Amino acid sequence: MIADAALTTRGLAPTGQGRVLLIACGALAREILALKAANGWDHLDLQCLPAILHNHPHKIVDAVRAAVEKHRDSYDRLFVVYADCGTGGLLKVACAEMGVDMVPGPHCYAFYEGNAAFAERDEITAFYLTDFLVRQFDAFVWEPLGLDRHPDLREMYFGNYEKVVYQAQTDDPALTQKARAHADRLGLGFERRFTGYGDLMTALAAL
Amino acid sequence: MSDEEDDIILSELSDEDLVAQMFDDLYDGLKEEIEEAVNILIERGWEPYRVLTEALVGGMTIVGHDFRDGILFVPEVLLAANAMKGGMAILKPLLIATGAPRVGKMVIGTVKGDIHDIGKNLVSMMMEGAGFEVVDLGINNAVENYLEAIETEEPDILGMSALLTTTMPYMKVVIDTMVEKGIRDDYIVLVGGAPLNEEFGKAIGADAYCRDAAVAVETAKTFVARKHNQGAGAA
Repeated sequence: MIADAALTTRGLAPTGQGRVLLIACGALAREILALKAANGWDHLDLQCLPAILHNHPHKIVDAVRAAVEKHRDSYDRLFVVYADCGTGGLLKVACAEMGVDMVPGPHCYAFYEGNAAFAERDEITAFYLTDFLVRQFDAFVWEPLGLDRHPDLREMYFGNYEKVVYQAQTDDPALTQKARAHADRLGLGFERRFTGYGDLMTALAAL
Repeated sequence: MSDEEDDIILSELSDEDLVAQMFDDLYDGLKEEIEEAVNILIERGWEPYRVLTEALVGGMTIVGHDFRDGILFVPEVLLAANAMKGGMAILKPLLIATGAPRVGKMVIGTVKGDIHDIGKNLVSMMMEGAGFEVVDLGINNAVENYLEAIETEEPDILGMSALLTTTMPYMKVVIDTMVEKGIRDDYIVLVGGAPLNEEFGKAIGADAYCRDAAVAVETAKTFVARKHNQGAGAA
């Protein structure tokens, strides 16, 4: 299994096999590979950009552009497995300019649940965690926000939130326990919601 | 904190050294030290407005520059802001009592569907530090809240903030409603938030997109000065 730390900082290189290259966020690597294996999607190859770009959305567009330019000639088709992910619509514009498709929706939280269902809920006080973010909570939330050094900042960051919603892609009691512990650390309520792969599976199945 | 720093007795420092120490303490987010130093300067006869601009805003400007340059990060900026807030709490009633100069007035709020307020709060504080009166509407504001506030408060500036790609389009709803009511040009509209950019600001009809709190203050000053000049020209 690919190490989360490597996915966070380095991403994942493509194998060079398959006619469609997925250019994806490292936070989706395990899920995409699981779908690929379960469905026998041998035509799909996967390159992941470092997952930590999730915390620096302004760097995502340039990173995706560079990956598309690098691999454009080596595959029949490229597909970007990012949603908007905080780029304020700029990733969609860039993908249109480059002539590549991407996953619709605002965030992975939305497409895991299903974009329509997510919008319908309109949960403005929920803080979302996925399987990956539960495992990498310290690297993506606790430490970058300085809560390891200054726990007193918790109220400033999370004072307006009410609950952590753990969107589970897999049934893993240990991860659920971890997610609940993260909610406790943030001083928030907790809800586990099994989503499976949602619109991610639909988008990849269409390729 | 080192032993050497422990030995510093703020009340024994000269004014110049005390302000320099306040810059360091703001940078390090030391709220109690800032509050103590503000009180010392006031006791020494400094005008509250001078304490605000020379000591607090001066110190936060350094914090802002280092944030912009990637030397400081959000947690450190929040600690510094928290320290400044402590100083501001002492100064605010004194500023009102002494009739400190007012540069302009701003109504600010996070848009509907969005509960993020860290950036907005920083902007509010820095605007107050720069001499603006700020009416903060808080989070999750529908267009009616903004319209009611600008009618009641008669500000120079309307500021809107959003952190989510899904909520930032609501700024256009507010601006379009202002256009429909024929009041859009009566106000300077500034927008900000992590997923926004200059193109978006232009596309929705805002006067300016502000990248951070320091830019918001400078932009606000420029627009208010221009508005006043235009007013003087028309008179």
